[in-house]
Amino acid sequence: MTRPAATLERPRRTPDLPIGPGGPPVATGDGGGAAMRPPASAASIAVWLLVGAITLLFAAFTATLLARRVEADWQVGPLPAILWMSTAVLLLSSAAVEWARRRGRDDRQDQLWIGLIVTLVLGVAFLGLQYRAWRQLVAAGIYMSSNPHSAFFYLLTGMHALHVTGGLAWLTHAVVRARRAASAVVALAAVEPAAVYWHFLGALWLYLFAILFEV
Amino acid sequence: MAVTHEAHTEHRQSFLTRYIFSQDHKIIGIQYLFTSLFMAIVGGFLAMLIRMQLGFPTAKFYWAQWLFPGGFTNNQIKPDFYLAVVTMHGTIMVFFVLTTALSGGFGNFLIPLQIGARDMAFPFLNMMSYWLYPPAIVVLMASFFVSGGAPNAGWTSYPPLSAIPNAAPGSGLGQTLWLISLAILIIAFLFGSLNYITTILQLRARGMSLLRMPLTIWGLFFTAVLMLLSFPVLFAAAIMLLFDRLGGTSFFVPAGLVVGNTVVQHSGGSPLLWQHLFWFLGHPEVYVLILPPMGIVSEVLATHARKPIFGYPFMVGSIAAISFLSFIVWGHHMFVSGMHPLVGMAFMTTTLAIAIPSAVKTFNWLATLWRARIRFTTAMLFAIGFISLFVTGGLTGIFLGSPAIDIYVHDTFFVVAHFHFVMASAALFGIFAGTYHWFPKMFGRFMNERQGKWHFWLTFIGIYLTFFPMHFAGIAGMMRRVFSVSLYAHLQALSWVNIFISLAAFLLGAAQLIFIWNLFASLVRGERAPQNPWGANTLEWQTSSPPPHGNFGHELPVVHRWPYDYSVPGAPSDFTPQTVPVSAVPVPVHGGSGEDERDSRER
Repeated sequence: MTRPAATLERPRRTPDLPIGPGGPPVATGDGGGAAMRPPASAASIAVWLLVGAITLLFAAFTATLLARRVEADWQVGPLPAILWMSTAVLLLSSAAVEWARRRGRDDRQDQLWIGLIVTLVLGVAFLGLQYRAWRQLVAAGIYMSSNPHSAFFYLLTGMHALHVTGGLAWLTHAVVRARRAASAVVALAAVEPAAVYWHFLGALWLYLFAILFEV
Repeated sequence: MAVTHEAHTEHRQSFLTRYIFSQDHKIIGIQYLFTSLFMAIVGGFLAMLIRMQLGFPTAKFYWAQWLFPGGFTNNQIKPDFYLAVVTMHGTIMVFFVLTTALSGGFGNFLIPLQIGARDMAFPFLNMMSYWLYPPAIVVLMASFFVSGGAPNAGWTSYPPLSAIPNAAPGSGLGQTLWLISLAILIIAFLFGSLNYITTILQLRARGMSLLRMPLTIWGLFFTAVLMLLSFPVLFAAAIMLLFDRLGGTSFFVPAGLVVGNTVVQHSGGSPLLWQHLFWFLGHPEVYVLILPPMGIVSEVLATHARKPIFGYPFMVGSIAAISFLSFIVWGHHMFVSGMHPLVGMAFMTTTLAIAIPSAVKTFNWLATLWRARIRFTTAMLFAIGFISLFVTGGLTGIFLGSPAIDIYVHDTFFVVAHFHFVMASAALFGIFAGTYHWFPKMFGRFMNERQGKWHFWLTFIGIYLTFFPMHFAGIAGMMRRVFSVSLYAHLQALSWVNIFISLAAFLLGAAQLIFIWNLFASLVRGERAPQNPWGANTLEWQTSSPPPHGNFGHELPVVHRWPYDYSVPGAPSDFTPQTVPVSAVPVPVHGGSGEDERDSRER
């Protein structure tokens, strides 16, 4: 059955290519070979899909918040000052992971690793500060059920913190991989998707902070 | 099974890692299929209980009372237990049977095989996806056995019924378990769809361009996109509903609500918000259930009709169009919710627009069958049956998409008839077509064709006899979740219709026993199947049945053509697999079918 035969497929725009699509040849991540561009890693695609799904999750929360805050009982609660500090810490951690990534691209595996450790420490600090913000609100007698705004505050910060926890697990995995990797290029493959996710969490926090208190 | 050992498959696998905690996509797919079959038996049994009650309300349920002692008094079903049965039937069938069998089962089994990959992009994530499914089942089924029983609020779980724990018996712990179970399952779906999309984008064999992918893969690809983008919204809604129930918040519970003569301590929430969020998932979800069958049916039709699928680019385009439109039609589930007429009209417009790509697909399937040398295998019969059910259910969808008619028949059995045709039965036919078609590839044996044909005809006739009369019951005003037709005077005249429907439903249920028998008997003593029993072109048929670990031998296949080169003029056989190089001699193509050449040859 390997004898050549004609095809009923529609003619391609580039008929001179013996195999492959009309566009650039398909990058196969699994030994297909002959790919002209380096195959993007599967994780670098999956992370954007994950970001898309999480965006939809928070879009749904946003839709509820927008509908809820036009009701008569909506009142924005006190802003715990410590949130400014946690915001700064999270932004610093984003900067740290970006620095680590760039050092990795310059083939500095040791600095890549140090940058990741700093990111990790700042990420844990962020969670600690968020927890303190909750404790302050609880001390002020503001609970989840107190009013609609407090419900959204705990819901959104809580969901964000859960995703940060997942991000920390991912970063830890990247730290271990980066330490063991044979070269900075190999280490970077594990770090790049985690860095994208971490930046997204930073941006998500700025957005949540804004819709909860400012906009 | 003759495994061609190669470098990366040589590691020894214990029974546990090979068949239970397997990371092989084929095993995971089969695990999904058998678990879904178990849930289908549970959901089907609940359907029989529903029909028993509606057709024969005075009958005594000795056997059912033994199973669910809390649901019956004096061998008669209790109204709240009836609602629990309806809720669980819907939940199980939509999320735990159709979604899992199609995306989890066929998606896992077919995607790497049909695109020429050794496995999924993330095998471990894939295993996690399956192993979240049994815990979700356990949590869901546990709701039958807790105080108050299973939830009563329907598969849509509208608040306040689902939000206030003492609103109905099942609104207690049962409803909480329902929400937790769905949350677990949504995470499983998320893992699955991340995996499918990445695998399809990344791991295609050399030469497998996007527009050379089998339509099954296109259906599964867009299904994964829909799941990835719509299930997070239900996840968000479920979390907020859980907080309303357990945390005292008021996302969905309005102020001044009185339950059991006491005012509920909530304020300012909106039950309509839940409906918006639920249906933002809910409508893409019905396409999650129908896009994979559309792909499967396209595959089965072309293979057993020995003709190229008609209008391949339009088939791909219409899947994409349906997927896009499915996100902007959710409001048609809420026409009676006090929606502004202009908004209703907008949703009507988008809803009716879906009829266009759907009709494109239907006519292309019919054109594929046109003057074909059809082999009436069981798989083919189910594929043709799918078109019939899809058209029947789709036509009532056009009626329901118009607010003027929908407001009249909303929440009646007309709606029940509509979605059981277009979504439930059609999706089920896709599963059956796929099972009969790919069973030889999965297990290296054929299913029994004779029993298969009995199964098809009894199921096909049973479905029409069961669901078609429901249209009339609905127009006559029979409510969707009504517990008994003897409750209202205007329904009493419908008792004969309901007896008829129930008898037909029992026939339909019994016919499925043939399938289950055939499935298990064929596993053990079915006729041995060769590598490519149907003479099909796609890559999975170019490897052994069942395929070895790693799917293909030492070398991955190289793709030279699209998957629908059936009956190519001048070819040595009436099928030309995707791995066969293309000859230099061009074939004149007229409308992509090559019909003219073949006709002139045969005359």
